[in-house]
Amino acid sequence: MKSPYPARNTADAAVKRPGANVVGMTTTDTHCPYCALQCGMGLRRPPPGAGPGVPPVEVVERPGFPVNRGALCGKGRTAAAVLDPAVRLTAPLVRDPATGTLVRASWDEALSRVAAGLEETATRYGPEATGVFGGGGLTNEKAYLLGKFARVVLRTPHIDYNGRFCMSSAAAAHRAAFGIDRGLPFPVEDIATAGCVILVGANPAETMPPLLRYFTELRRNGGHLIVVDPRRTRTAERADTHLRPVPGTDLALALGLLHLAVADGHLDEEFIADRTTGFEQARAAAMAHWPERVEQLTGVPVPLMREAVRRFADAPTAMVLTARGAEQHSKGTDTVGAWINLCLATGKAGRPGSGYGCLTGQGNGQGGREHGQKADQLPGYRSLTDPAARAHVAKVWGVDPGTLPGPGVSAYELLDRLGTPGGVKALLVAGSNPMVSAPRAAHVTERLAALDFLAVSDVVLSETAALADVVLPVAQWAEETGTTTNLEGRVILRRAAVTPPDGVRTDLDVLHGLAARLGVPRGFPTDPQEVFEELRRASAGGPADYAGISYPRIRAEDGVFWPCPHPTHPGTPRLFLDRFATPDGRARFAAVSHRPAAEEPDAHYPLHLTTGRVTAQYQSGAQTRRVPELNAAAPGPFVELHPRLATRLGVTEGQLLAVTSRRGRALAPARITDAIRPDTVFMPFHWPGAGRANTLTNPALDPVSKMPEFKVCAVRLEKAATGEQQP
Amino acid sequence: MNPHRIAVVGAGMAAARLARQLQAHSAPEDIELTLYGAEPDAPYNRTLLTEVLTGRYAAVDLPYGPGTTVRTGTEVVALDTDARKIVLADGEHTAYDSLVLATGASPVRPALPGSRTPDGDLLGGVHHLRTLTDCRLLADAAARAARAVVIGGGVLGVSAARALATLGPHVDLVHREPHLMGRHLDAESAAALRHQLTGLGIDTHLGHRPRALHGTGRVTAVELADGTRLDTDLVLLACGVRPRTHLARAAGLDVRQGIVVDDRLATSAPGTYALGDCAEHRGVVHGLADPAWRQADTLAALLSGTDPHARYTGARPLTRLTAGPVQLAAFGDPAAERHGDHEVLRLTDATRGTHRKLVRRGDRLAGAVLLGDLATLGDLLAVWQRDEDLPADPLYLIHEGARP
Repeated sequence: MKSPYPARNTADAAVKRPGANVVGMTTTDTHCPYCALQCGMGLRRPPPGAGPGVPPVEVVERPGFPVNRGALCGKGRTAAAVLDPAVRLTAPLVRDPATGTLVRASWDEALSRVAAGLEETATRYGPEATGVFGGGGLTNEKAYLLGKFARVVLRTPHIDYNGRFCMSSAAAAHRAAFGIDRGLPFPVEDIATAGCVILVGANPAETMPPLLRYFTELRRNGGHLIVVDPRRTRTAERADTHLRPVPGTDLALALGLLHLAVADGHLDEEFIADRTTGFEQARAAAMAHWPERVEQLTGVPVPLMREAVRRFADAPTAMVLTARGAEQHSKGTDTVGAWINLCLATGKAGRPGSGYGCLTGQGNGQGGREHGQKADQLPGYRSLTDPAARAHVAKVWGVDPGTLPGPGVSAYELLDRLGTPGGVKALLVAGSNPMVSAPRAAHVTERLAALDFLAVSDVVLSETAALADVVLPVAQWAEETGTTTNLEGRVILRRAAVTPPDGVRTDLDVLHGLAARLGVPRGFPTDPQEVFEELRRASAGGPADYAGISYPRIRAEDGVFWPCPHPTHPGTPRLFLDRFATPDGRARFAAVSHRPAAEEPDAHYPLHLTTGRVTAQYQSGAQTRRVPELNAAAPGPFVELHPRLATRLGVTEGQLLAVTSRRGRALAPARITDAIRPDTVFMPFHWPGAGRANTLTNPALDPVSKMPEFKVCAVRLEKAATGEQQP
Repeated sequence: MNPHRIAVVGAGMAAARLARQLQAHSAPEDIELTLYGAEPDAPYNRTLLTEVLTGRYAAVDLPYGPGTTVRTGTEVVALDTDARKIVLADGEHTAYDSLVLATGASPVRPALPGSRTPDGDLLGGVHHLRTLTDCRLLADAAARAARAVVIGGGVLGVSAARALATLGPHVDLVHREPHLMGRHLDAESAAALRHQLTGLGIDTHLGHRPRALHGTGRVTAVELADGTRLDTDLVLLACGVRPRTHLARAAGLDVRQGIVVDDRLATSAPGTYALGDCAEHRGVVHGLADPAWRQADTLAALLSGTDPHARYTGARPLTRLTAGPVQLAAFGDPAAERHGDHEVLRLTDATRGTHRKLVRRGDRLAGAVLLGDLATLGDLLAVWQRDEDLPADPLYLIHEGARP
């Protein structure tokens, strides 16, 4: 794809400083469209008539925002490229029944087709045959209205979102332990003050480069960084200690460390007595994970474990931070619970500079899970089964609580049942590309194709959108205003800097138009601030209380931390300092036990496959694969394998390999590196087609969070057959 | 439907793991699970006993799943596998649908003159270390002892010697073989281990068979075959263990070294299973927790119906010794080169007190030892457990800096 703008080398591109007094140029303070850091950035508009070849805005530094202090990664620096009308949708598309192809249509026709598709299905099979699949990149306002749309307009229980594939295991463990789920209970700047940090299954060097400075500062301040990862990632290379467990054994490792905390006298008895419950059961569970057993399960030698526990416990303040590597397992919730146990047992929680945190992935992964996009949730992180919560939200929505549907099924379950009896038959997808990002993706693709009706609203023609009956081109990030909530629980404001291209509408417009066509003309405002005002009321009194947050306040303070129950409340940068958010104020230990992955290697599929990310691409790649600079840096999928495995298979660098699991086969070239274990191969998951890693992954679900097991499955590795093409 | 009544004879580690896994896999109303333990304690982690002795652990109880009934201090005296009943010491008969024998192993009692009173009890001051009760008695005795003798230089003897040494008494370790841990170590590794024990103040007497214990009412000395006399306040007998099979044998089950089981852990009697230290699978009795727990996982999957195809096909365990500063891991047969046709890689650093050795036969790992430096343990484990081909230069398996 050609960009009309001069390409810059991603690695070298310096972000321009905001031109202080450049005549005719205006800079809008906003945030990056990509990950959960939501880095502050400025978007500078050139003077009118600046000439052809000048992008509508360029990204400039905004050093005042505390999270990134001006730093941006390659994705952030090139974010404006996706605004290019050439790479995105600018007109609705509908599938022509005669030719089966997508053709341009008017908005009225497109919205009427979507309304008709949903209505016909509801009439024929009942409202529960309609469904909504949302995304963790949507603003709070969109996520909120999407949930309201499902429950008030469609009256279906079936709404869930791709955040289920992101941090749902951490969310479940967080709520169980602390009574509330906010990714980080402290601002990221606290990381630099900790005496020791254990990063589990997190690779911020690739996924969140601007966060790295805090780990660098931590070490400069004398702190100790421990990275737990089967791969020697760029993050692991920066660590003081690298623990390299066998994929799928993080839970055993955490239990082994707790065992050693008990055995080696590292318990904070006073903290356990004063601020927790359930230690006895957790201690007994840890007794079943004695160090030599954990060593056999994980491959991490006991002396290394002992040293790690000693470092962690002896530090005056310490943190455990997990990310997808620990969480995307069929035991992800228990794994996070076991790491929280380690924090609680050593008194490293509920104190300044200490605690457990989750490095949330998606841009609005935090806010997106708080306001009703989840199958079992109402706004404000309220439970859909709690009568008081239903009554409160129903009142805000002006409906009878009895008309609100109950909880639906989780994301993969929803996708797995599409088009089947009892499953959803007409689906609206917003801001998600499950054809690439869902596990067992070939099956998910079949299910999407089996729908009676599929509508997708997105910025670009994603792989999922290409399957749809109707595609709605929507505005993005720099073209519209809205709030997101970053991984710290900081509610921030993305401000419109440019007007969307002709033919593009906002998601709020879409929902308003659909609701009106489906007989609900009111209650779906198109002005984001108006939606936020309603969200404030809906969240008031809930665990994620936004009642005191307003657009003017966010502008004035450059972000406000929830909970913030009233306008004079300062917000809550640090949670749990006095009490945890449980009914009795105490944190809860989880009595968890190790179990194997749902699929372990065997004679037919002898290797572990683990999946992950590269810096230059984002999620399913729908946006980043359209940015030439990013594509140049990371042009396609690959299979990372150890030199010894390569020797055994006779594989050379760059050779096309076939990776086969019980669910399918993927092709990608070999990348040989000793950073990976010889019993494991790695594939990034950003690409569709033959190199799609998620063709292989296992949809075994965590029983609590319903997180699929993206991070480990069993595969066979071979050289591709002659004639098979590189994707 | 009536619940599936599962009786487990034994309440040790294998039984606890089985119970926990069964409870995890089953609805509470579907099973009725009872563990019959002869010991007074609920299930605990036996592998940690020497560290309980040092005081490192206050409690080592193991979870066995809510809903499991544990009858401690309850000895099963007979099995009737035809009528599917067990008989308890007090005469109680209890019916079951499935029976699991997890009877474990008992310490070998050497025929050592003077070690018993006329009634057949152990002489005062003479101890075993198999149960928590043993451990309490031993800890109590050690606190008052100035000298202790450990008889037996296997894994238990070595780790118990070190544990006793931390409690105060001077410790003599007597071993009749020419080197320590003869089943698991080659001569060089054993010598390096001995050197480390010496550093902890433990005197080792190798190639010495104890001839008799002396003392009236209480042990006062151990006499060795060469006439050496070791004065002592207590003796620990660590001469190995033997599978407890008498119930199975009496009930007519197929018993060789242990109770013979197939890949489903089934014994020769219908509805009867065995696992752990009392079970013999494909001719092997492991006596280690790791294989016992794998067996428990398999049996739990079968009895709960979670995975009717679950099979236990054997294990390739390693031998691990963690005794304070002494860290040792042994794989396979580290003295395999005595058979010829083997290649040996060896790294010894006397200053750091490390000794690492790898024996290969063709492209296979025959054995390995890591003493004092376990950095490559994960890599060795991966190769050993999967019996992988070795590359041309396997130095990386014993030397962390080496590139494979």
